[in-house]
Amino acid sequence: MKKLFTILALSAATGIAALAGNITVKGSDTLLILAQKWAETYMGQHKDVKIQVSGGGSGIGFAALQNQTTDLCDASRKAKSSEIANCMKAFGKRPTEYKVAVDGLSVYVNGENPVKELTIEQLAGIFTGKVKNWKEVGGPDAPITVYSRENSSGTYEFFKEHVLKGADFAASAQTMPGTAAILQAVSKDKSGIGYGGAGYGTGAKHLSIKKDDASPAIEPTEESIINGTYPIWRYLYVYVNPALDKGEIGAYLNWIRSDDGQKIVKDAGYFPLPAKLRQ
Amino acid sequence: MGIHRGHRARPLEWLAEKFIFLVSLSTILMVFLIFLFVAREALPIFFGETDTALVQTVIPPDEADKLSPAQLQKYLELTPEQFASMDKDSLKALMEVKQEALDEIPEKFRNDPDARANTTDWHYLLLPHQWSDYDKPEYIWQPVGQIQKYNIVPLLVGTLKVTLIGLLFAVPLAVGAAIYVSQLARPRVREIVKPTIELLSGIPSVVVGFFALLIMATVLQKLFGYQTRLNAFVAGIALGFAVIPVIFSIAEDALTSVPRAYTQAALALGASRWQTAWQIVLPAALPGVFAAAVLGFGRAIGETMIVLMVCSASVMSWNIFDSARSITTTIAAEMAEAVSGGPHYRILFMLGALLFAATFVSNMIGGAVIERFKLKLEGKR
Repeated sequence: MKKLFTILALSAATGIAALAGNITVKGSDTLLILAQKWAETYMGQHKDVKIQVSGGGSGIGFAALQNQTTDLCDASRKAKSSEIANCMKAFGKRPTEYKVAVDGLSVYVNGENPVKELTIEQLAGIFTGKVKNWKEVGGPDAPITVYSRENSSGTYEFFKEHVLKGADFAASAQTMPGTAAILQAVSKDKSGIGYGGAGYGTGAKHLSIKKDDASPAIEPTEESIINGTYPIWRYLYVYVNPALDKGEIGAYLNWIRSDDGQKIVKDAGYFPLPAKLRQ
Repeated sequence: MGIHRGHRARPLEWLAEKFIFLVSLSTILMVFLIFLFVAREALPIFFGETDTALVQTVIPPDEADKLSPAQLQKYLELTPEQFASMDKDSLKALMEVKQEALDEIPEKFRNDPDARANTTDWHYLLLPHQWSDYDKPEYIWQPVGQIQKYNIVPLLVGTLKVTLIGLLFAVPLAVGAAIYVSQLARPRVREIVKPTIELLSGIPSVVVGFFALLIMATVLQKLFGYQTRLNAFVAGIALGFAVIPVIFSIAEDALTSVPRAYTQAALALGASRWQTAWQIVLPAALPGVFAAAVLGFGRAIGETMIVLMVCSASVMSWNIFDSARSITTTIAAEMAEAVSGGPHYRILFMLGALLFAATFVSNMIGGAVIERFKLKLEGKR
């Protein structure tokens, strides 16, 4: 019997030792490609570290963070207060939040649509269904088809809070499973309008956005998004249990927010953090 | 070695028998456990234990001492174990989170009467309600946002709409093909047509959905000239392709198993082959054909990917050329981001339980009809 215990204890100890160089990352699908690129590059530089990245959604990531089945949680939105409360119930502390990249959102229309710029107010009117025809915003006489994302998407939530100011999307808005699907639909539909990452591009026209009637129309470019003059942008986040934020995991988080890590951000279609937020 | 009375099973046979028994037992157990799991997650909705009111009464963190431990535990929604394991500071931190949640709410919603309503109450789920941004009472499914709107009627309508279009398209085609293959076709033709139709069931529904999204949507829009490119009609037709093989193979079995004597008697009396098939064989096999349609319904109502890819806007409309959102689509698309254990999560499980009940009942009806059909053909009734 004693022997059995020693064996069990030994295997438990080796199990923990094997875990030391392992980092699990779970969460937002928006961040998935970027997180994988980060992991690959980092593992190439540090042979002893293994990083496992999986998606599922920010909500899944927070649930895993709370159950302590993941070390890092990728999120395309801020943690909700209920999720913070759940984490505190599980491990007694508020999860630490790190900003890891910047994402600009573009509004796309079909290439044949003569409309070039819209104000935030006009956008809200179109996406809530109050503006139904392109001629109301200076376009041709054609009904507007609105393409939106699934409500599980962080992009959907961001757009709803910051562009529609919390109002509901029109019930007739078509929900598409991803940004690529929106681009595809808008490129086929002359009267379509949709939104998604500014890093995506081909197939549709990106509109310039005016904050209000008086301000200039700003095109979504890397420069205008990073310096904040383009009005629709957001941060992307990584959350971590503060008890784990040291050693390998701490080093990895620092690296993500260093110049080296931020170089990779652009390859995934997002924008690097402004210099003052880097490590 | 022959089978004779008193023959005792050899150990290996005994083992195999027990093993098969265990496997079948585990299947039953699995179904039961799944049902139990879905029901457990959905129950708080039925008992009205969830509260989505945006503006909740918040107790300032400084007043923590004024509450009794039991009150504090209830206020912070902690289990007794969690409560026991937490010290004063972490309890206070939890109370601060509640305060922050209140402070985060935009001004616009603070004084909105809807912000104080528990939107998971049954009359918000089933009846139209006039929300503050709207000018008339409406059925709204908008589960993400400051005020969560969980009216499930648009989803029920969407599910029925897409399923019925799919069945209206699939049943005549599949039954027609079954009559042709089992009664009219020459054996050579039958050998080619039957496996080809059954091959349809081998196409993953994602592929059918993709095909419908890219090609069928465009072609059908050109043919019918409606406004919305992706709508319930396209989804229903695409769904039909997934359902056809199911209905076809069961209906074909039912038609083939009509006793040969019926056909021979009809033909001997001078009926044409078409008359025999239409007036003798089909009526005799009708319960089987009906069961095929019912099972097809079960398959159609549970299909996810096709509807998810082709159309999903939770519009409250019976127009087939408007978009629709089905229950399965809703669950598949929204579960990933729903806060685990929150009201949205619970509602999705409730929808799952509804779907489970619907397919269960439809399969049960299908099974019962097949049973009756068998008895009738064996002349027992």
